[in-house]
Amino acid sequence: MEITCKINNVEKRLVFEPHERLLDALRREGYFGVKDGCSTGDCGTCTVIVNGKAIKSCLMFAAQAKNKEIVTIEGIGTDENPQPLQRAFVETGAIQCGFCTPGMILSAKALLDKNPNPTEDEIKEAIDGNLCRCTGYVKIIEAIKLAARGRGKGENEEI
Amino acid sequence: MRKFKVVGKSVPKVDALPLALGKPLFADDIELRGMLHAKILWSPHAHARIKNIDTRKAESLPGVHAVLCYKNVPRVIHTSAGQNWPEPSPYDIVMFDNKVRHVGDRVAAVAAETEEIAEKALGLIKVEYKPLPAVFDPERAMDKGAPVIHDEPDCKYLIPVSYNPKHNHCAHIDLEVGDFEQGVKEADFVIEHKFKTHHEQHCSLEPHTCICYFDPAGRLVIRTSTQVPFHVRRIVAQCLQVPERMIRVIKPRIGGGFGGKQEMLVDDVCAMLAMRTKRPVRLVYTRREEFTSARVRHPMVVWAKTGVRKDGTLTAIQLRVLSNAGAYGSHAMTVMNNTCAKALPLFRCENIKWIADAVYTNLIPGGAYRGYGVTQGIFPMGVMMDEMAETIGMDQVDFWKMNTIKKGETSPIFKVLSETGRGVEMIVESCSLPECIDRGAEIFGWRKKRERYKNQPDGPVKYGVGMSCMVQGGTVPLIDMASAFAKMNDDGSFNLLIGATDLGTGADTVLAQIFAETLDIPVEDVIVYPSDTDITPFDKGAYASGTTYLSGMAVLKTAEKIKEQILDVAAEILGEAKKNLQIENKAVISSKSGKRVEFGQIVKHALYSKDQFQIAAMASEFSRLPPQSFAAHFVEVAVDTETGQVKVLSYVAAVDCGTAVNPKLAEGQAEGAVLNGISYALTEEFFFDDKGRMLNPSFSDYKIFSAPDIPKITTILVPSYEPSGPYGAKTLGEVNINGPLPAISNAIYNAVGIRLRDTPFTPERVLRSLKEKGQTTRR
Repeated sequence: MEITCKINNVEKRLVFEPHERLLDALRREGYFGVKDGCSTGDCGTCTVIVNGKAIKSCLMFAAQAKNKEIVTIEGIGTDENPQPLQRAFVETGAIQCGFCTPGMILSAKALLDKNPNPTEDEIKEAIDGNLCRCTGYVKIIEAIKLAARGRGKGENEEI
Repeated sequence: MRKFKVVGKSVPKVDALPLALGKPLFADDIELRGMLHAKILWSPHAHARIKNIDTRKAESLPGVHAVLCYKNVPRVIHTSAGQNWPEPSPYDIVMFDNKVRHVGDRVAAVAAETEEIAEKALGLIKVEYKPLPAVFDPERAMDKGAPVIHDEPDCKYLIPVSYNPKHNHCAHIDLEVGDFEQGVKEADFVIEHKFKTHHEQHCSLEPHTCICYFDPAGRLVIRTSTQVPFHVRRIVAQCLQVPERMIRVIKPRIGGGFGGKQEMLVDDVCAMLAMRTKRPVRLVYTRREEFTSARVRHPMVVWAKTGVRKDGTLTAIQLRVLSNAGAYGSHAMTVMNNTCAKALPLFRCENIKWIADAVYTNLIPGGAYRGYGVTQGIFPMGVMMDEMAETIGMDQVDFWKMNTIKKGETSPIFKVLSETGRGVEMIVESCSLPECIDRGAEIFGWRKKRERYKNQPDGPVKYGVGMSCMVQGGTVPLIDMASAFAKMNDDGSFNLLIGATDLGTGADTVLAQIFAETLDIPVEDVIVYPSDTDITPFDKGAYASGTTYLSGMAVLKTAEKIKEQILDVAAEILGEAKKNLQIENKAVISSKSGKRVEFGQIVKHALYSKDQFQIAAMASEFSRLPPQSFAAHFVEVAVDTETGQVKVLSYVAAVDCGTAVNPKLAEGQAEGAVLNGISYALTEEFFFDDKGRMLNPSFSDYKIFSAPDIPKITTILVPSYEPSGPYGAKTLGEVNINGPLPAISNAIYNAVGIRLRDTPFTPERVLRSLKEKGQTTRR
């Protein structure tokens, strides 16, 4: 099968077998920041943003991405100019092994894009589907709060 | 205490930004041309003889390149435990056997063009099983007539261990210090209970991942998610019967380990398939396989008996331990030993008796898991301490303080037992546990809350608080070794090559900080390259909370050697005596003349000017003693007496890890361990049917905590200074996972008066105990 979609603001043509998941297609295209931690939609390491919503790419067929706008971790920041969440995750010590990090950041981004000043409960709710075994979530929540505060003050505007 | 420039600062993790950007850093994040995909066929039986395997159909499926089973691989008995040689685990496993010993045991493997073809090929393999009776209950495993799980004649230990596989007896050790019976006689109260702990899976978000390929020189490269690259090289060479020089193991970034990757779990099969096919081969466990065919925390039954005098003196401790090794004895003896060796030194008691057995059963094999037996030892002791304090009418805080080891003291256990058997006599040179207890209690509001919950609110929800102290010795003394190599570059920066294995903990960063501190340079000037068996010197790997302490000392010694070379060159440039020179801020300064020469000039002189040489050094360190890290935990719970639900409301962990080289990373280690411990205590559970099949091999049915589940966790780092460690640092990775089981059990007791000695504390178990208590009261 073949579709076109927008990945990180670039028009892309994806070729795949009909049964393939968006996760498979993205990794094959070199978006290795999309991780496969369980393949059952439980761990959230494969989270990407599709049309503004954080979704688990292991639960979506690649075919369903037709004409959609997809954002992966590779699309939100660069070495020189990391996205505020990426900066906050580094600063607060929210990254241990880093395997959950891309999905965690994208879930947080989808939240902050809609709700720039979330409460702690709203943050927890937004990353409910993203498991982390290393950190105990304490510093992850702190990082998301820090990034939100930065935005609130009008600093670190989104790239 | 010394003032530091880099140590003690929360510099960001050296790998944090690339990870935040989602760079391809993990084992599976590469693409190799012509790469094949491997899949493994697993046993559906808990115990069976394989009468025959017919792989012809699978082999002839287009796209299949190799099929492995017991018929076509060498039978090399070994252990999959990633431990130092000679391993203190029994040699009782082969790559593929004609017998399966648990549901999820290896039967065959396929390498094919795609995962789909590989899976289809698995379905075409015809296996004739002769099912055998199985044993699942560790308390039945040594019964007369119990099925013999390891009847092969060649299983053995390389070291002297009491081992009797014909009776499923995987290891036995016992010891006594002082006189236990005398201690019982001296006690005013003697308490005796049976405890049970359960299976636990590590749940690293990154599954076991291995990619094997041949480099252009014809050497086998194993890119694998491991905590123990050097042990993997040795064990794979052993299994494949090839010299170690043929193999290079590369550890990229690792997506969590927690002990689960202290195992040669997938590498032998992947390497063998690469050998057979001469193609790159990728083998990645599914989440389901992580639950059914990886390793778990050893479940244990512990009979505890303790004696206490009215004045609070602990007169006697006895633990009788039965560890369920599962189908293979990987880490079985060493984990079992730690229920004593690394747990009981916490307690000031002269009369200790410990009798321990590990048995084979037809369940998933145990392995290394953060805590490594100390978790299973501290749980019963932590609950017994609570009950003893209550019995003599002493507050828990006072009782713990009175009965735990202090700075300058020793434990008779140190000398008689370590996790591998041999003990090391030692004095505890650093210990801030009394301060941990005081500060933890204060910040938690212990006395206030104990008072408050004497009067419970009306309604079904009751509240309680509990505490426990814990310890974890770091490294395996006299056995573990770490080393580092560093060289100086033209611009005064350094390459630091370490055998140490950062599995997400921040070890690379902490080691860079220790290096930078010694040479008075910023962390940015240290380029860390970890764990590549061709390039970095040996390190035992990431386990036993040993990296900061042991690899840290190796790095410190390396930096000191480099410092000498730098001072030699500076002395020549400045024409001054070396003794007048000191390093300061990337330069050498003479205290006599005040003259100064920059690192950049020094290294250029060494590389280009006169008597040229590379400023470089290598150093090793082996563990002389296991440094003891301590913690005191306090927890507040709400227990719903109608549903049995236990909710943790707040948690305080006061931790003594010596100097915290990087406080933020240290807090992260504590928070992660605490939450893993809480999750283990409350929700994580393996369910097996009567055929030994695990019924809940997924994250939807095996519940680990997610963000909305977490209580308020407060971590307090209470420094001490360990003279044998780098800049006073000790260990940290494991100690905090030992607290939640006893602390929560004690808090539940405080809330509703039931002592839970079987884990986990699920609503079912809580309700059952409440019901039993109610009936008892009515009688």
